[in-house]
Amino acid sequence: MHPAFSVVFFTTATGAGYGLLALLGVLAWLGFIPADFWLGLIGMGLALGLIAAGLLSSTGHLGRPERAWRAFSQWRSSWLSREGVASVVTFIPAGLLGLGWVVFGRTGGWVAIAGFLTAIGAVVTVCTTGMIYASLKPIAQWHSRYTLPGYLIFSVMTGSVLLNALVQAFAIGSTVIAAAALLFILLGWGWKLATWRYNDALEITTTANTATGLASGTVRSLEWPHTEENYLLKEMGFRIARKHAAKLRGITQLLAFALPALLLVIAFVVPWPVAGVLSVLAAIIQFAGMLVERWLFFAEAKHTVTLYYGR
Amino acid sequence: MTCLPAHTDKKLGLVIDLDTCVGCQACVTACKEWNTGGHMAPLTDIHPYGGDVDGVWFNRVHSYEHTTEAGGRTVNFPRSCLHCETPACVTVCPTGASYKRASDGIVLIDESKCIGCKLCSWACPYGAREFDTDVGVMKKCTLCVDRIYNDNLAEEDRVPACVAACPTSARHFGDLGDPASAVSQLVASRGGVDLMPEMGYKPTNKYLPPRAQRAASVAAPRLEPVKAEGGFLGWVDRMLSN
Repeated sequence: MHPAFSVVFFTTATGAGYGLLALLGVLAWLGFIPADFWLGLIGMGLALGLIAAGLLSSTGHLGRPERAWRAFSQWRSSWLSREGVASVVTFIPAGLLGLGWVVFGRTGGWVAIAGFLTAIGAVVTVCTTGMIYASLKPIAQWHSRYTLPGYLIFSVMTGSVLLNALVQAFAIGSTVIAAAALLFILLGWGWKLATWRYNDALEITTTANTATGLASGTVRSLEWPHTEENYLLKEMGFRIARKHAAKLRGITQLLAFALPALLLVIAFVVPWPVAGVLSVLAAIIQFAGMLVERWLFFAEAKHTVTLYYGR
Repeated sequence: MTCLPAHTDKKLGLVIDLDTCVGCQACVTACKEWNTGGHMAPLTDIHPYGGDVDGVWFNRVHSYEHTTEAGGRTVNFPRSCLHCETPACVTVCPTGASYKRASDGIVLIDESKCIGCKLCSWACPYGAREFDTDVGVMKKCTLCVDRIYNDNLAEEDRVPACVAACPTSARHFGDLGDPASAVSQLVASRGGVDLMPEMGYKPTNKYLPPRAQRAASVAAPRLEPVKAEGGFLGWVDRMLSN
């Protein structure tokens, strides 16, 4: 599948944004976070900013963005529509949480309830994003039991690393938050390795034989219907060389998992200003790593239409 | 609504005979000609006379080499929308632009509602949908919905343009939901198959596999060698040939 940057950035940014939003919501709900103006403003601003930037970027993928409002109508059948509805609905409790925390300077009472609802909304939205991909049968690498948990794990992973960077920057770093972030990084790493192993061993039952209805024997593409690449090949016939994929998998592991984990471990043992810088650095490096991961998620996915072209 | 109808009164579709298709591309050009002025018009061409030729087509004909133990052969393979019974291209649509008609099962796009998110083309395993980058919306085969019910055309012309154009009668149009229809009978007698049945989309269009290859050669027997040269006339022939 063609890795369109608008979609790669969209899923990475909203994943991190909803992860952070969910964690802020949970902390507000449990009363584990101080009702500090600047912490609230920057924390909520970062989460909602990432989400808004991602959603805006996704409209760059549309042929007719001025009609995007129509996408809220088919929630009964379409995961994309459900994602649109869930993302907008989540803005309501998230707005109340921000209002209570930043403007009224409180995190208890109705603000705590708003925090709880924000977390629920964020998790539901990430689930709908994951299901858009997991529900697509023609793409075997996406239509697997690894896709939906992957979206949730990477969302909470990037969100927790961001949250750790946030509290570290405010010099109120907590061992629990740092340890949780480290744990989620290791979980994400393990999940990505398991996903790659599953995909590499995938035996796809759809072949050129079933695609053409020509049973038994071999079906070899003799001639395409056209001489140049058409929409189908540009959008779904994207191929990546095996050696490049291997290198990019290495870069993903380094940037998204290994380096952030190492930086967080070092941050445990060094004093505050350094620990704060390392925590922020870990979040930035991981975001870059997740962009590579998401690029590969598309580039390594093979659509069944490529079988018609002998690819 | 992008929810699928529980039942369609008819299942209009095509039956494509891979035995007789000669790959002449007549159906491709007839489709383009009709539909670039039809329901989903235009079928935009990008740089039609330049280097990077691209454009929207509803019907594309591939050629394959099919090799089995019985031997090898060329199979020409027209590929277009199969008007599936459970098309995921419809259910994934977030705007309601894609729909399947309850009356005849044709899968269509309401262009005025399409936001061009391209998700339907990802959901189609057959590559039936093509995006029009110029208009910014998705396009697909309409089964010539503007021909088959068109009272302005003579009755024999009320078939999809691809069917009307086929010089070898490799394309047949009819109601595949009616077991007594000519197309259903044809599918039953020739062992018509679904493409990618494992996807579970239940395509309406059926493909008739090529007939079994004949065991013996059907070519005329080879000519006998002429009589061995010799005798007086042979001597004359040799002398004159020198």
